[in-house]
Amino acid sequence: MAAGNRDIRLSGAEKQFGAANTFIVRLDDAEKHFGAVRALGGVDFHVGPGECVGLVGHNGAGKSTLMHMVAGTSTPDSGTIGVHGGIEENYSVSRAQQLGIRCVFQELSLCPNLSVAENTRINHASLSGFGWRRRAAELIAAKLDEIFPDHGISAWDIVGDLSIGRRQMVEVARAFTVTQDRLDLVILDEPTSSLDAHTAGQLLAFVRRFVAGGKSCILISHVLGEVLRNADRIVVMRDGKVVASDAAGAFDRDRLVTVMGGAEAREKIAAQAAAAKPGASPLRVRARPAGQTDGKDLVARAGEIIGLAGLAGHGQTDLLLRIFNAAARAKAGIEVTAPVALVAGDRQSDGIFPQWSIAQNIGIRSLARLRNGLLISPRCEAELADAWKKKIGIRTPDMNNNIFSLSGGNQQKALFARALGSDAEIVLMDDPMRGVDIGTKLEVYDLVREEAGRGRTFLWYTTETEELDNCDHIYVFKNGRIVANLTRDELTEEKIIQSSFGDAA
Amino acid sequence: MDNGFKGSAARNEAARARLLRGLLPALSLALVLAAIAWLNPRAISYFGFSLMLNLAIPIALATIAQMFVIAGNELDLSIGTFVGFVGCVTATWLKDAPLIGVLILVGLIGIYALLGALIHMRNLPSIVVTLGMSFVWQGLAILVLPKPGGKAPDWLLAIMSFKPPFIPFPIIAALLIAAVVHFGLMRTSYGVILRGSGGNPAALRRAGWSLLKTKIVLFALAGLFGVLSGMALIGITTSADANIGNGYTLLAIAGVILGGGEFVGGRVSPIGAVIGALTLALAASPLLTFMHIPPDWQVAANGAILIIVLAARVLISRRER
Repeated sequence: MAAGNRDIRLSGAEKQFGAANTFIVRLDDAEKHFGAVRALGGVDFHVGPGECVGLVGHNGAGKSTLMHMVAGTSTPDSGTIGVHGGIEENYSVSRAQQLGIRCVFQELSLCPNLSVAENTRINHASLSGFGWRRRAAELIAAKLDEIFPDHGISAWDIVGDLSIGRRQMVEVARAFTVTQDRLDLVILDEPTSSLDAHTAGQLLAFVRRFVAGGKSCILISHVLGEVLRNADRIVVMRDGKVVASDAAGAFDRDRLVTVMGGAEAREKIAAQAAAAKPGASPLRVRARPAGQTDGKDLVARAGEIIGLAGLAGHGQTDLLLRIFNAAARAKAGIEVTAPVALVAGDRQSDGIFPQWSIAQNIGIRSLARLRNGLLISPRCEAELADAWKKKIGIRTPDMNNNIFSLSGGNQQKALFARALGSDAEIVLMDDPMRGVDIGTKLEVYDLVREEAGRGRTFLWYTTETEELDNCDHIYVFKNGRIVANLTRDELTEEKIIQSSFGDAA
Repeated sequence: MDNGFKGSAARNEAARARLLRGLLPALSLALVLAAIAWLNPRAISYFGFSLMLNLAIPIALATIAQMFVIAGNELDLSIGTFVGFVGCVTATWLKDAPLIGVLILVGLIGIYALLGALIHMRNLPSIVVTLGMSFVWQGLAILVLPKPGGKAPDWLLAIMSFKPPFIPFPIIAALLIAAVVHFGLMRTSYGVILRGSGGNPAALRRAGWSLLKTKIVLFALAGLFGVLSGMALIGITTSADANIGNGYTLLAIAGVILGGGEFVGGRVSPIGAVIGALTLALAASPLLTFMHIPPDWQVAANGAILIIVLAARVLISRRER
């Protein structure tokens, strides 16, 4: 019966695509909206057998949204998905798995409490019954040996004990293991981000072998050279659309960058920011990192958006916290002249009050204003919350619902509302966009620029270079010190990388 | 970045700390045993252990029940009154009308499964749901047995008073419970899925597993072991009382944590949990009686032992980091 179904679908597909059998996966006119923001606007995308497709674009260009659709973790609002020539009506993760499509997600999806072999078992329903442990261990060990010779990982290591690089190796190797389901296409979303040059090379060499064997890969990477060297075809996305798709040989680095459109977008934002910028404005923050010996200061004036860049964990968060503390208690080396609010990056542990309502979570920074005598006035709290619900677009039927009733992006919006709704003239942002969908990001960028235009000061630590385009001034951090001080006009990704890795600037 | 040599050294270090932490439950049990042997050498005998570990079987079973709930990142505050209610049913229905009794007990496991489904589907905090249920069980227990009484079925009495040669029955039972649950949760392929649901639920869902099903299974297993615990308890005490299981809620949580489990992250150990339960059973009254601590102070002294062991664990895990 199953074979019969497949035949029917095939003939349906023939009508739709013509020679559709030559594609492993094919999306036609796929659209996806997050609220008012369009993440994908009518994308046509396909992968044929035996090709490695490079997918590039700025963060927020729609790459991840598109890949979630290919992998079945998200469905398009409109448009069709076809796999192996058949239209998929109810496409899902398990369906994708059956059809031989796997995805290595950017955020790790291993269980830290389980061993490497046990994590392999999770992706293979057929690894069960007598002797499954041995089979799982052999399966993953063989694949690790094949992709990363001398990897030094035992199948019985608990994943939580492995370094982040080794975890990524396990995750990648697991995606390539095969039991009963077929394997035709593996999506690698930033697979080398935690790997060193040696292991990244091993992985990319394996990808070439895999593709040479008639299978397919989608390679997403911010390292353009990696894509140019390893992809057969490159698809460039911008603003939720595919703007170019051509053989890799037809691209070089400059053409890629031009097509990705970073320059234009940057000009647009620059123009907006320049227009909004007042002349010489009063000083808001002057701070020196604890380890700074050469007298460099971070200076922020009213109405400025200051970016803190550099590799993750090089003292940016520390400085933000020191500034935050200095606002309450004077500290040597830090001058703060206005009230401060902090938007935490790790909202689950540092941001939200899990058992409180959305309105309470927003009001906590403004209790003094919400008071009526000795008590908090529920009316004032509700007014503040409703005003920000409208302004920032928190999607909920009732602000008295528990904060957990919101999606992750909307939770983060509530935290922004908490900071922006307060009397704080200085807003510290500790990489607040981690794990937030693109729709929310774009809305918040606009809001931040608007608020800066009104004279608020933002200190914005971010790990995403694209976000720095919103900043007037960028300080690059390394080992707890400021190593470079760039204006927006000087800002390029290369400069930041150079400063982050250089000995001194 | 991650040069292989340094990486493996760090990993060995982590593995050593994990081993140490894994041995900690056994170590604390050995410590309590040594203290007892030192205070009263005659207690270390077949008869002594049978007496001292008298209540260890129901505690171990209740601890295992709690462990299944904790494995899924939830907490069951109703297990104590649940055990008490099961005890009341065992001492009345199960003896007088076995068929109805069995049906009720099976139904109770079903209710636990439904609680798991409810908690998952409505995304409710398990603490709130089970706290509410604890009053429901307590109330039902009082309805069934308004005053202490009832009688255990004869077959149950026979099982619980079984006297095997050489090794006391509670120890054999503990070994058996630990072995069965260890195999089921740590060795079978579905056990991996159950533990994974506590470790990284999002990853599990992405791999196509049903989190609703894992939660239902975990809660049903908790119900099953809660039922076994209540029956074992009545087999020992021979009659029931509506408040008989009330202390088990906290004992069970303490047993899981003492045995190396953690409240979140799916890190649990069935063998550790049983050892933790034995430690608690020994530290509860026998040790403290031998130390001539008056009964009024025993509860506080029991808490002190718990704090010491847990503090040692925190120190070891901190070194791990």
